Amino acid sequence: MTIELKHIVKKFGAFTALDGVDLKVADGELLALLGPSGSGKTTLLRIIAGLDWPDAGEVSFNGENALAQGAGERHVGFVFQHYALFRHMTVFENIAFGLRVQPRAIRKNEAGIRARVKELLDLVQLGWLSDRYPNQLSGGQRQRIALARALAIEPRILLLDEPFGALDAKVRKELRQWLRSLHSEISVTSIFVTHDQEEALEVANRVVVMDRGRIVQIGTPSEVYDNPATAFVHGFIGESIVLPVEVSQGCVRLGGRPLLDISADGAACGASKLFIRRHDMQVGPAGSGSLEGTVAHVRSFGPVQRAEVALCAGEGKTVIEIDAPRDRALQAGDLIGLQPRRYRIFAAQD
Amino acid sequence: MSLQQLTVSAPRVDLRTEPRPMRIVIIATALIFLTVFVVLPLAVVFAQAFSRGVSAYVAALSDPEALSAIRLTLLVATISVGSNLVFGVMAAWAIAKFDFSGKTFLITLVDLPFSVSPVISGLVFVLLFGAQGYFGPWLQGHDIHVLFAVPGITLATIFVTFPFVARALIPLMQEQGTQEEEAAISLGASGLQTFFRVTLPNIKWGLLYGVLLCNARAMGEFGAVSVVSGHIRGETNTMPLLVEILYNEYQFVSSFAIASLLAMLALVTLVAKTVLERRLDEGQLLRDD
Repeated sequence: MTIELKHIVKKFGAFTALDGVDLKVADGELLALLGPSGSGKTTLLRIIAGLDWPDAGEVSFNGENALAQGAGERHVGFVFQHYALFRHMTVFENIAFGLRVQPRAIRKNEAGIRARVKELLDLVQLGWLSDRYPNQLSGGQRQRIALARALAIEPRILLLDEPFGALDAKVRKELRQWLRSLHSEISVTSIFVTHDQEEALEVANRVVVMDRGRIVQIGTPSEVYDNPATAFVHGFIGESIVLPVEVSQGCVRLGGRPLLDISADGAACGASKLFIRRHDMQVGPAGSGSLEGTVAHVRSFGPVQRAEVALCAGEGKTVIEIDAPRDRALQAGDLIGLQPRRYRIFAAQD
Repeated sequence: MSLQQLTVSAPRVDLRTEPRPMRIVIIATALIFLTVFVVLPLAVVFAQAFSRGVSAYVAALSDPEALSAIRLTLLVATISVGSNLVFGVMAAWAIAKFDFSGKTFLITLVDLPFSVSPVISGLVFVLLFGAQGYFGPWLQGHDIHVLFAVPGITLATIFVTFPFVARALIPLMQEQGTQEEEAAISLGASGLQTFFRVTLPNIKWGLLYGVLLCNARAMGEFGAVSVVSGHIRGETNTMPLLVEILYNEYQFVSSFAIASLLAMLALVTLVAKTVLERRLDEGQLLRDD
């Protein structure tokens, strides 16, 4: 099932939640809608599901106008952020709900419903919980039951709103992998909403970055990570060092001092921001790079050591955090040179 | 010094309670107050009802007038509770689950009967359906009796008891939100299926609670009913009205015998209410998230 959105606008009173969103989703894709809270991603998801209606724009599934159909007719599986399991029904009845409310003509008989629910419980590996009530389940279990319930109606599209948002870190990791393998198993067109960039990059085939009701970038995880389209995307995805710089006549200056080896090519003149990934900062002896600073603090964990460096540039004290390989000895008080291996310059107001 | 030693040597001041004399005074005050204002009156009702023995009590209740009043009260209460059940659920459903303009106004309207004196509520129907009222001439022309008949009493009771069910449900339904309903809709359920399979089971205890209070008030309503009833003996007297009439005629045993029935209704209502409140609290605890 392909999904096409054309110029979707949605306002809540004076607040514009979606401001002209265009998006095409290919069949079988696993797409992430990524953005900070208030960026409109959940609203977009609800519009696709038919739980909200756009003020303007078109939604079509396989070229067919979806706005002419109600939520129930769209055959869209929706997994809510807080699961929205029916609290007075057992797990079994929760999953069976979508099958039981089907019109009599196409409804399965009791044996058929039982078989289908069992199949879904096996798919989410929670068959032993079928007689429990939702409040007797852990967050991760509720999440998987909610997913099984959504899949019961054999949806053409699966939509997940912050699927891992309310779970603890370890369960999140497990469920991410599980969701990805589930998707490759059933390969239904799926869209999930998240504000967690790591989650989006790790799970999705393609990431849609949203900000203030607009799509700012669409691309594969590596595209949005390596080639952020705007300052917002660079700052939002992956952790960045941001330095306020001045671009004039092809020269980039930080606090009045020109930064050697950093070319301004393409960047417009005026106040700008220099974005560098923490791990793209190469550490060398003092005087070896375009930036220089004093190590203030070093913390070592995992594959890298994270150092706080006070830059010797500009009038005020600018402290940045960099990630250096652990084999590079760093100590508080060291004067070091820094050279960005990769960097991006965006206009300041962007 | 260990922590244990510290706690042992420290003077025992329990900050959670008042000093003993204070506690005695407070508890005694509460008990005396309750006795004078609640227990004694209730006891008097039963003492008076049985003052000439059980046989007089039974005779008072099996009097045709008394039986007619009991029948009428039950009939009116059944119709009022039934219709307010439907109206109340619909109003609460609309208010709690949908956004529309005029919602605040609707909530105010639902509350109106609470803030209007019952006598006024009765008078309103006299003005509408009385011989000189708006619909009076038309009703007379078609020989339909509303005032001083069962329909008038029922209308007044419905009006007075309207807020109970809606008021019990609105906060509960608002707190539950609309996510489960949205889930049901997206799974293909129709509006009715969603209501009967998802919404109603979630509010059943609150609904029962509202019905209970509504019923207690419907059976006990005096002011509004008194205005529209016409006090036709054996026909339009409900139990509260008959209690007053018999009392004014110095028939204390009969009067208090019927009053004792109303008092028992109150006691049953109280017990049921306590049980339901406990259920409701459990319901809140059970809510996921």
